[in-house]
Amino acid sequence: MTEKTSGAAAPLLRLTGVGKNYGNVIALRDVSLEASEGEVTCVLGDNGAGKSTLIKVVAGLHRHDTGTYEVQGEKVAFGSPRDALDRGIATVYQDLAVVPLMPVWRNFFLGSEKRKRFAVMDVEFMRETTHREMAAMGIDLRDVNQPIGTLSGGERQCVAIARAVYFGAKALVLDEPTAALGVKQAGVVLRYVVQARERGLAVIFITHNPHHAYPVGDRFLILNRGQSIGYHAKNDITRDELTALMAGGSELEELAHELDTTAAGTAAAKELRKETLNP
Amino acid sequence: MTHAVAEPPATRPPGPDERLARQSPLRRLLGRPELGALLGAIALFAFFSLVADSFLQTDSFSTVLYASSTFGIMAVGVSLLMIGGEFDLSAGVMVTSAALIAALTAYQFTLNVWAGVVISLVLTLGLGMVNGLLYVRTRLPSFIITLATFFMLAGLNLGVTKALTGNVASDSVRDMDGFDSARTVFASDVDVLGVNVKVTVFWWLLFVAVATWILLRARVGNWIFAAGGAAGSARAVGVPVDRVKIGLFMGVAFCAWFSGMHLVFAFATVQSGEGVGNEFLYIICAVIGGCLLTGGYGSAIGAAIGAFIFGMTNKGIVYAEWNPDWFRFFLGAMLLIATVVNLIVRRRVERSS
Ligand SMILES: Nc1ncnc2c1ncn2[C@@H]1O[C@H](COP(=O)(O)OP(=O)(O)OP(=O)(O)O)[C@@H](O)[C@H]1O
Ligand SMILES: [Mg+2]
Repeated sequence: MTEKTSGAAAPLLRLTGVGKNYGNVIALRDVSLEASEGEVTCVLGDNGAGKSTLIKVVAGLHRHDTGTYEVQGEKVAFGSPRDALDRGIATVYQDLAVVPLMPVWRNFFLGSEKRKRFAVMDVEFMRETTHREMAAMGIDLRDVNQPIGTLSGGERQCVAIARAVYFGAKALVLDEPTAALGVKQAGVVLRYVVQARERGLAVIFITHNPHHAYPVGDRFLILNRGQSIGYHAKNDITRDELTALMAGGSELEELAHELDTTAAGTAAAKELRKETLNP
Repeated sequence: MTHAVAEPPATRPPGPDERLARQSPLRRLLGRPELGALLGAIALFAFFSLVADSFLQTDSFSTVLYASSTFGIMAVGVSLLMIGGEFDLSAGVMVTSAALIAALTAYQFTLNVWAGVVISLVLTLGLGMVNGLLYVRTRLPSFIITLATFFMLAGLNLGVTKALTGNVASDSVRDMDGFDSARTVFASDVDVLGVNVKVTVFWWLLFVAVATWILLRARVGNWIFAAGGAAGSARAVGVPVDRVKIGLFMGVAFCAWFSGMHLVFAFATVQSGEGVGNEFLYIICAVIGGCLLTGGYGSAIGAAIGAFIFGMTNKGIVYAEWNPDWFRFFLGAMLLIATVVNLIVRRRVERSS
């Protein structure tokens, strides 16, 4: 793993002391983050911690209210996702990944349609490319003409990831790509996260599951109620510490303690302890 | 999960996938949005052929086509807008506005009527743009915004016409310069193998072809489906959703302009109270043709078939010598049947795929 030494070129993305309010809701306060080529930066936190808000700032969907956002050392304030895309920052959203009623190939090229001349789309090329790119990622599509809404959740995430990689993203932002997935499908998505890193992309990976984050991550930012409660490189944190740091850690321990006081709860508490210690 | 990178699975040799049951042409047809409308059109055609003796004569058929085209032209713009996820309730009176603008400016300033045609084009597109901008700026449902512009336009049509002419109709432009050439373009008869066919029928087919091409082959078509299907997702991958929607409102305005020009040059005077209520007929054409009310799905060909159903019902009742009051009842029944058929077909296709 390439460890960034101080004094090297500026990282691809750097957020310093970023804050964001929704009206009177303070969704994010004083958060700093770096993402460099060939690294996976994980953002962890419980529901409502501000993870999606953070990456919407990165992706240009929202503008930050305080702090600075730099891309390759240059201060930016994106007005739209198009601006971020033009800088090579591609985002796969938790809630805004695809258009369900549209065929897979139309989704794959949406917003970056390949054209022959004038406005004419090169449909053949787009169909073939979609099939090939998905196959290269190990997803073998039945039919690129089927509505993407008929794919499984994991396959849908993979289309969105493959699309970002294909269009030459330098930074890939993934918002809980594994949240709704089964064990196997989550594994598939995690493999693409690693693949994207091997291709030299800077990956920002959002999740609330430390067991998904730890194996693939190089740096970990833990958010709680809109604030950073830890920012660690992989070699100064263990998986258990990471798990404990997440809001879950202490609270699960408390819950186990409460359950202990009732006879029936003892077994459950044991289970719960086992869960938190060796997943 | 270990840190090791798993090998990507070997890519499958090209060729059909074994999990994909071979799609019969029938199944493919069942998946099309137009299917419900097509079945309805065939059934209606058979029905009126049986009950109305004169229905199958070529003259009657050309009359049916004419009625279909006048609504079909508007249904093109309205269906694209619906696929893009919006409604335009001002579409009906906008036709009258476009016609009045052309007729009144040409007459009041004694211009060549072509000048009126061009002024009307610019102003009517402007009206569409106002609808679009209001929607984009306020984010109110387009239903409410165009309901407001519907009433405003309906009032303006009557008010301005009365103020200028002292009458509810515009003055005749029949004797003005350029009327004949404009009539050739917008309202002439074309002889096809001895049958008189109105020129609007050909314009209608052309508009449907262009719209279909846009939807299936142009980049903008992709954007229209996406803007209607999931505007947020589309915006997130860089689709200029707002511009697409404004463009679609202007597309409706363009169709309204064309229909308005047909009115002016077919009748020479324009009744300022006309057009009210037609907007629902356009929407019915689009919905019968398979456009989803929620956007993101539909086709221009479907809307054309919907307009054809409309034309057949409209004229078929006359040929069957029934009281034309029944027309509206029939239209409502058609709408209900067609949408239910669409629904059943779509569910069946979704379940079996
Ligand atoms: N558009 C909005 N308007 C107002 N408040 C919002 C908006 N979006 C998010 N919030 C609030 O900001 C806080 C952070 O939300 P965010 O979506 O960033 O959380 P998250 O960490 O992504 O959660 P999850 O794990 O559930 O996806 C929440 O309290 C949420 O209610
Ligand atoms: Mg979230």
